[in-house]
Amino acid sequence: MNESLERLTGLLRKEALQILRDPSALAIAFVLPAMLLIIFGYGVTLDPHRVALAVVVEQPDAVTHSFVAQLRGTPYFTTESFSTIQSADRAFDADRVSAIVWFRSDFTRRLASRGAAPLGIIVNGVDANTARLIEGYLQQTWANWLAMRSRERGLPAGLPIDLEPRIRFNPAVRSRDYLVPGLIAIVMTLTGALLTALVIAREWERGTLEALMVTRATIREILLAKLVPYFLLGMGGMVATLVLAVWLFGVPFHGSLLVLTGVSALFLLAALGMGLLISSVARNQFVAGQIAIIVTFLPAFILSGFVFDIGSMPWPIRLLTHVVAARYFVATLQSLFLAGDIWSVILPNALALAVMAFVFLGAARLRARKRLD
Amino acid sequence: MAAAAEPRPALRLENVSHQFGSHAHPETALAGVSASAAAGTVTGLIGPDGAGKTTLLRLVAGLLRLQSGRIEVLGEDVAGNPDGARARLGYMPQRFGLYEDLTVRENLELYAKVQNVPPQAWTARGSELMHMTGLAPFLGRLSGRLSGGMKQKLGLACTLVRIPELLLLDEPTVGVDPVSRRELWAIIDHLVRTEGLTVLVSTSYLDEAERCERVLLLHEGRLVSATDPSEFAAQTSGRSFQVSAEGMGKRRLQAELAQTPGVLDATIQGSFVRIVTAVGAPPPSASALAPGLTLNITQVPPRFEDSFVALLKTDGAVSLAAQTPAPSASGDAAGPTAHRTAPPAAAEEEPVILAAQLTRRFGDFLAVDAISFAVRRGEIFGLLGANGAGKSTTFRMLCGLLPATSGTLRVAGYDLRRAAASARARIGYMAQKFSLYGDLSVLENLRFFASAYRLRDPQRRARIDWALEEFALGAHAAAVSRELPLGYKQRLALACALMHEPQILFLDEPTSGVDPLARREFWRRINALAESGVTVLVTTHFMEEAEYCDRLAVLAQGKVLASGDPDSLKARVRTADHPQPTMEDAFIALLEAAAQPHAA
Repeated sequence: MNESLERLTGLLRKEALQILRDPSALAIAFVLPAMLLIIFGYGVTLDPHRVALAVVVEQPDAVTHSFVAQLRGTPYFTTESFSTIQSADRAFDADRVSAIVWFRSDFTRRLASRGAAPLGIIVNGVDANTARLIEGYLQQTWANWLAMRSRERGLPAGLPIDLEPRIRFNPAVRSRDYLVPGLIAIVMTLTGALLTALVIAREWERGTLEALMVTRATIREILLAKLVPYFLLGMGGMVATLVLAVWLFGVPFHGSLLVLTGVSALFLLAALGMGLLISSVARNQFVAGQIAIIVTFLPAFILSGFVFDIGSMPWPIRLLTHVVAARYFVATLQSLFLAGDIWSVILPNALALAVMAFVFLGAARLRARKRLD
Repeated sequence: MAAAAEPRPALRLENVSHQFGSHAHPETALAGVSASAAAGTVTGLIGPDGAGKTTLLRLVAGLLRLQSGRIEVLGEDVAGNPDGARARLGYMPQRFGLYEDLTVRENLELYAKVQNVPPQAWTARGSELMHMTGLAPFLGRLSGRLSGGMKQKLGLACTLVRIPELLLLDEPTVGVDPVSRRELWAIIDHLVRTEGLTVLVSTSYLDEAERCERVLLLHEGRLVSATDPSEFAAQTSGRSFQVSAEGMGKRRLQAELAQTPGVLDATIQGSFVRIVTAVGAPPPSASALAPGLTLNITQVPPRFEDSFVALLKTDGAVSLAAQTPAPSASGDAAGPTAHRTAPPAAAEEEPVILAAQLTRRFGDFLAVDAISFAVRRGEIFGLLGANGAGKSTTFRMLCGLLPATSGTLRVAGYDLRRAAASARARIGYMAQKFSLYGDLSVLENLRFFASAYRLRDPQRRARIDWALEEFALGAHAAAVSRELPLGYKQRLALACALMHEPQILFLDEPTSGVDPLARREFWRRINALAESGVTVLVTTHFMEEAEYCDRLAVLAQGKVLASGDPDSLKARVRTADHPQPTMEDAFIALLEAAAQPHAA
C-alpha cells in the first residue's frame, strides 16, 4: 500500500503542476465563473428595470401631470414625453421605447365625470414575460395613483379590496438573488465535467495515458489522481462564487456553510463522474468538449431550474430534468441561500445527488481499463 | 530465478491473431503470428504501414485484449497475468508519452514514482540516465520545448527509470534527425550489453533493422520472414545491379527499368539506377528498353532494402503500392500535366527558383542566414537539414507566406516581394501533414482544391477525373479521407497540390514515416513530373529522399554548409576504410565539420 501511495503522490504532483502551468485550466476554473457571475450579477436580470416608456399627453393639465410624476417616481420606468400618438408610435416601432401610456385629450374630463377614465397602454409583447411584468407594474402604478387621489380628496378608496402582497423568501423580489446561487452549480459543472473530460482527452491525444498504462500505476490510482485535484479545484470555485455572491452582490445566505459544503461535494462528485465517463468515450479534446457541453453544461443551464422554472415546463421536459444532477443541486442552493436549512428540501435532493454520484463514478470505474480497446 | 538450464525466450508469440472493426466488417490486423525473441537480443519489427506492427507491440504490452493465440513475456502469460507481465516490461509509444508542460526533471520524477523506484536508488539511476541521454543541461526545461530528438531521448529515459527486462519501442525514431537516431541506437546497444535487456523495436528505417540481431517482417498481418539481417539481405544476393545508360537520363532509365518484366525494384542512387531482379530472371538487356542503347550493368552486393522490397512484391497478397498503375513517365507521354515539352538540354535559361543572400530574422534569432541557390526547370532540388536548420522558414519564404528580411527571391520569374500572388498561382504545395480535410471524402477534397485554385467547370471536371485516374483513387472516391491508409492520403495530397497544373512543386518532408514501398511509388510520380518539366523543391531530413534529388543544399543553423549533387556530396567523405559512404554519413560528417570552429 505504501508503494501505491507513492505512485499516487507522483501522479497528484504531476496533475497539480499541470493545472498551475496550464492557463486554460485555471481560466475554466476561476476566470469563466467570475465572468459568469459578473454577467448574471450585473447584466442579466429578469426584473424590468428602467423600462423606456413613451408618455403621450394630448392635453396636459394638473391631473395628467400628477400621474406622470407618479410614473417617474418608480424605479421601473424612464419616461419620454410625446404630444401625439403618431410620434410615440414611431419611437415604439424603432424600439426606442418598450411601452406607451396614452392620455387622450378627454382624459381629465372623463375622469372627473365618471370617476374612471380610459388610459391607453401599449406594450411591446416580443418578450412576453417582460411585457406581462410591465403591464402589471403599470396597472399597479395606476391603482396606487387612484388610491392616492381618493385619499387626497377624502373619498373612500376606489378599489374595494386593498391588496397588500407579501413575498416570502426573497422579500426584495430580486431575480439576482436566486440566479447567483444557481451559478455555483454551473461553475462546478464546468470544472467537474468539462475540465475533467478535456484534460483526460488531452492525455489520450498526446499518448501519455498509453504510456502510463504500461507502468505500475493501477487504473484506480490514475482515476484518483484525476478526481482529487479537480475536486479541490471545483470546491475552490464554489467558495469563490459564494464569497463574490455574498460580498459583491449582497445575496443573502440563510443556510449553514456545512450543509452547503456537503451538498456541493456530492454534486461535484457526480459531475466528476460524468467527466470521467465522457473521457472514457471521447478520446480527443474536441469531441470531449462537445459532449461535455451538450450533456452536462447546457442541461445545467436550461433544465436545472436555474433560469427557467421547472414547474412550468411541459411534462416530457419536466421528466427529463430528473436525470439532470444540477436540478437537485440548484433546488438545494436556492433554498440554502434564500430560505435556510429546510431539511425537507435538502434531504431528498442530497439523496438524489448521492445516488447520481455513485452511479456515475461507478460507471466510470467500470469502464476504465488499462487497455486501449 | 534464471538458474534453469534451458534459456527461455524473453518473448514468445504463439499463433497471435487480432481483428479490429465490427463483426460484419472485420479488419485483420494480425493473422497467426508465431515468433520468439531470445533474452538479451534486439529484434526489429519491420513492414509497410498498416502491417500490424503497432498492434503487435500493444498486444505484448497488454494494451489490447488478446483475441486468439498466446503471448508470453519472460515466461508470464500476458492474457492471464497482465500486471505481472507489465511490471517487467517497458514500453515507449510512438508519441513518447511525455507531459509537455512538465520539465525534463518533473517528467523523470513522475515516472520514477509511478514505477516505485526507491528514492535512494533514484539518485544514482537518474544521474546515469542523464549521462546516457545527455539531457543533464536541460533538466529545468519544459519538455514541450525540446527538439524532436531530445524528446525521444527523454521518452526513452522515462521508460528506463526502472530497467525493464523487455523493452518495447514503437517507431522510436520517426521524425528524428540522423544524429539523434544514431545516439538513440548507441543507448540501446549500451543497455543490451550492460543490462542484458531484450528489445523489440518497430521501425520504418531499414538501416535500423539491419542493426538488429533478428528481423521480423510483417505484411498485412502475416509474418513473412523471421531471420537475421545478413541472411535477410542475402536473399537477393546475385540479383542486385547498378545500371547506367549512355544517351538516357537516370530518371527516364529508372522509369523504363521499373516497367521491365523481371525487375522487382528500380531506384535512383546518385547517378545510377539500382535494380533488383526476380529469382531466375536475367538482368535486363539494352535492346529490350530502347534500340541503340548501351547499358552498363554491374552486379553489386545486396542491400537490406533490396530484400525487403523483393519479398513484399513477391508476397502472395499484392501490396497497394504495386497495384497502382505506373505513372506515365516517358517524355512523350507526360500525362496531362500540361508541360509536355521536355526540358531543353541547353539549360542556360533563367532559373525557375532563385534565392540570393536570402535572410530571415526573428528578433535576435537569425533563422535563415544569407543562403543562395538556384533551381533550373525540371530539376529536383533538395533542402536537407536537421530540425531547426531553417528549412521550414526558407520554405515559407519561397511560398510567399513569410517575407524575407533581406535578399532576393524570385520564383517563376516573379519577385516575391512584389508579386507573391502571381508566383503562388504557379506553385503547388504539399505540406508535411498533407493538409487534407479529414472529414471530407476523396472527391470532395479534390473538388474543394479545384475550386480553391479557381478552376472552372469543363477544366475542373477534367482535372478531377485526371486525378482520380492518375492516382488510382477512383475506387475510393467516396471514402472519407481521414480513414485512408497513409499511402493513399499522400497520393490524394499530391493530387490536390497538382490540381492547377503548377510549374513548381514544393514538397515538405513528403515521405516522412512512409514505408519504402509507398515512398518508391511517390518518387516514381515525382520523377515523372520532373521529366515533364515541373520543377520540384523538397525539404527533408530523410537521407533516402535526398538520393532522389538532382542537387542538394545541406542546411545547418540557417546556413548552407554544402551544395551539389548526391554523388559529389558523398564523395567528400569517401576514405580508404569507408569506400561506400551513404548520404547519412556525408550529412553527419558535414555537421560535425561545421560544429568544429574553422577546422578547414
